[in-house]
Amino acid sequence: MTILHQWQPSGSIDSIVKRAQILSKIRNYFANQNVLEVETPTISPSTVTDVHLEAMTTIHTNPQSVEKTHLFLQTSPEYYMKRMLSAGFPSIYQITKCFRDDEVGRFHNPEFTMLEWYRLDYSMHELIEDVDSILKLVLDTPVCHKISYRELFAMHLDLDIKNDSDLKLVSICKQCGFENIVPTEFKETLSQTQRNMLLQLLFCEEIESKIGLERPVAVTHFPASQASLAKIDPVDPWLSLRFEIYYKGIELANGFEELTDVKEQKARFTADNEQRKESGLEVKPEDTKFLDALEFGLPACSGVALGIDRLIMLALGKKHISEVLTFDFASL
Amino acid sequence: MAHFSTNEFKAGLKIMLDGEPCNILENEYVKPGKGQAFSRVKIRKLISNKVLEKTFRSGDSVEGADVMDTELSYLYTDGEFWHFMNNETFEQIAADEKALGDSIKWLVENDTCTITLWNGTPIVVTPPNFVELEITETDPGLKGDTAGTGGKPATLATGAVVRVPLFVQTGETIRVDTRSGEYASRAQK
Repeated sequence: MTILHQWQPSGSIDSIVKRAQILSKIRNYFANQNVLEVETPTISPSTVTDVHLEAMTTIHTNPQSVEKTHLFLQTSPEYYMKRMLSAGFPSIYQITKCFRDDEVGRFHNPEFTMLEWYRLDYSMHELIEDVDSILKLVLDTPVCHKISYRELFAMHLDLDIKNDSDLKLVSICKQCGFENIVPTEFKETLSQTQRNMLLQLLFCEEIESKIGLERPVAVTHFPASQASLAKIDPVDPWLSLRFEIYYKGIELANGFEELTDVKEQKARFTADNEQRKESGLEVKPEDTKFLDALEFGLPACSGVALGIDRLIMLALGKKHISEVLTFDFASL
Repeated sequence: MAHFSTNEFKAGLKIMLDGEPCNILENEYVKPGKGQAFSRVKIRKLISNKVLEKTFRSGDSVEGADVMDTELSYLYTDGEFWHFMNNETFEQIAADEKALGDSIKWLVENDTCTITLWNGTPIVVTPPNFVELEITETDPGLKGDTAGTGGKPATLATGAVVRVPLFVQTGETIRVDTRSGEYASRAQK
């Protein structure tokens, strides 16, 4: 007789017990650091404008209204947390569920757990040290190595991403076997969206698996064209104060010395939506309350989002995200 | 032929790549948190039998390959072509040496083989997992040696050479696993 096991959790009891211990260690770390644990809503009438992030949606019925409201599930708690900081809250953290549409794989579950925190008056470098302390605590790793995004391309692909031509970038992509991804209409120049797409491709396929093998690596100073919500580097405006943390080829965290300038923030929302149009995607409504908070004033701070499920995968040596979740997407 | 988008890529899907029909073995989703998503696909080229990895941009689509498997009985060879027949329609198909590849040494008359057709032309012939073949030549084993240690080579009726236990003799028919090319047992009489 065949017994179906589809009703069972995807993570083993042992994994879920260890998961609880890791979460408790992290909460303990922030308690000792006097960082306040908070909870913010997972739903919002607006969402992020990022070109490569799609939010899931839900519908809310209000008993005192005939209209139904479309709501977005959060892709990260960033805007609510920054609204709190603008309102005078001290350094804060939360461990929360985030939702991203169209993302399923070994390292992706459409619903996953994020550890996100903000430190007032921290620089990008101070925040990297903070992330490093958590990695040491959970994974017992040595001190992380810092290298810039631009240096990585120079080292692994002999490409100067600031000065080399689009032709050189395309020829490297072709050498690596990605001729099918180079835009078919390419002659000599790429749009900024296309150039970034090819850089991301090379990063994913030619660099990511080669970095952070012995100890975690902080990839710093992403180009300003990939700044997301990071401040522009005051030393070199071609760069931004954005970093990512990698360990054993896995992207673990993304952080910024936060952009606090409301005008610049509005310009980035507009630019994102322009890119969305160019890529044939739906334009997203701007989060006006977040912009109002920036207008009022966001104190100088740095913030980072760390994928807890991936951290636990690394801690337990698991190959698939389903092994560290109680019920992964496939077992719903 | 239909086109397939990366979110339809699943093990077993046949697509065209570099002008050659290919079978998708695995499709891994790759995406930087703030960047473009990609599909890292493991593919077997069906003619050259090479396995390779290819990355596609998520949402891109590729042409499907008109590839189908059919079960046919092996009839005979005229030296240039190997002839197979559909036992229901009696339709015959001829495969060339390239499509046969290593399978040549496992062809037994009337055995049912899987013929992979691309646009109606045979490109791969897969023999049954087990075939029975007569030993035409092998050294006489030592008396009293049963299971043996390393066995001895034996040449089969088709020319294939397999290692057999020492007690198996010329003229006997044996069962061979065609996937590994290893002796399985004496043939059931």
